[in-house]
Amino acid sequence: MASLKHIRQRIVGISNTRQITRAMKMVAAANMRRAQENMEKARPYSWKLRELIGSLAAHTDRDRHPLLSKREAERVGVVCVTSDRGLAGGFNAVICRRTQALMKELSGLEVELITLGKKGQDFFNKREVPIYRYFPGVFQELNFNQAISVGTAIAEQYVTGNYDRFYIVYNEFKNAMQQNIVCEQLLPIEPEEEVTTWSPVEYIYEPDAAGVLQELLPRFVNIEIWQVLLESFASEQAARMAAMENATKNADDIVKSLKLQFNKARQAAITKELSEIVAGAEGLK
Amino acid sequence: MADSKDYFDLTLVTPSGTREEFNVRHIRAPGAEGYFGVLADHLPFITTIKTGEIDIDTKDGKKFWATSGGFVEVLGSRVIILAETAEPAEQIDLQRAEASRERATLRLRENPDGLDVMRCQLALTRAINRLRVASYID
Repeated sequence: MASLKHIRQRIVGISNTRQITRAMKMVAAANMRRAQENMEKARPYSWKLRELIGSLAAHTDRDRHPLLSKREAERVGVVCVTSDRGLAGGFNAVICRRTQALMKELSGLEVELITLGKKGQDFFNKREVPIYRYFPGVFQELNFNQAISVGTAIAEQYVTGNYDRFYIVYNEFKNAMQQNIVCEQLLPIEPEEEVTTWSPVEYIYEPDAAGVLQELLPRFVNIEIWQVLLESFASEQAARMAAMENATKNADDIVKSLKLQFNKARQAAITKELSEIVAGAEGLK
Repeated sequence: MADSKDYFDLTLVTPSGTREEFNVRHIRAPGAEGYFGVLADHLPFITTIKTGEIDIDTKDGKKFWATSGGFVEVLGSRVIILAETAEPAEQIDLQRAEASRERATLRLRENPDGLDVMRCQLALTRAINRLRVASYID
């Protein structure tokens, strides 16, 4: 049986860990709330943009717009969105595995990887999968400019014909308890079928419908990326919150069982001493 | 005092989450082909906007924003401005704007190899625009 001193040390150690995990859980919860708010705030803009693109695309020739035109896929880009930091349970592992699966599905084509977040980069570096381009640290200071620089880089690659298609793999925020892995096509943009609620109004366009669309599309890519970043960040925080919650619970359990062990050991020691005393007294008779 | 039928609704949204609604009489914004004005009962209209200022006339007076581009949709009695950025004049950080103006000017003057002139000029335009919009209020 472990010595009393040893058990006491472990109790102290695990209690300290518990304090840390509890604090991390609280921080993650606060971050998650903020991220959720940001997500909701960003929605009206992207909805409106989507609606505009849907109606404009229906009125113009899609082959005239590089971001809408479909090409035979030869070179495909896969964007893998992970977090910068760990301690979030299976958050990054599921994304990396899904990305690997997707790359296998596309194995007939030339597939290149782009990673957002440090964890995905580490994962694929370790497996010696070449990464075409990486953006570590986007989540450290999450703002719209980050989305612009990523979105512009991706759109540029598509327009210049370097890539014929882009996929994106990320965690979608369902609720605080649940994240969904989403794997979807980012480019070419698939405009939604014409919205039925759209009233058949004849707009005046300035400069013209095609020109407006031309301006809209690159922005739309940025907005999509922004939305993905926000979703992923909120999911990361939710996942960390759950992971830390579990860790705290685990620590509770361990401390409980250690306390029991400690008390048992203490009692055993007392019993032993007592019986030694009794035995000694017996011997003196 | 203007009639209430002269007023219409304006929604201003940006990707970083501003969402403001106003009841306005007049909007002025930097369209693709120059500044344009919107009054009540405008025809349906969609345009891109450039770096510049957006001003509106509300019952409580004028308001100004510095924007760096976006879109405007006018439909019936409502107008939506989707702006990439929209800084209210009273919130513009003068020092920061001045600093970025100087930085951009300096870079353009030095013109080192590999300078993204386009980008630098855009930054300069934005900085000057912010300074100008900020100067409208005291």
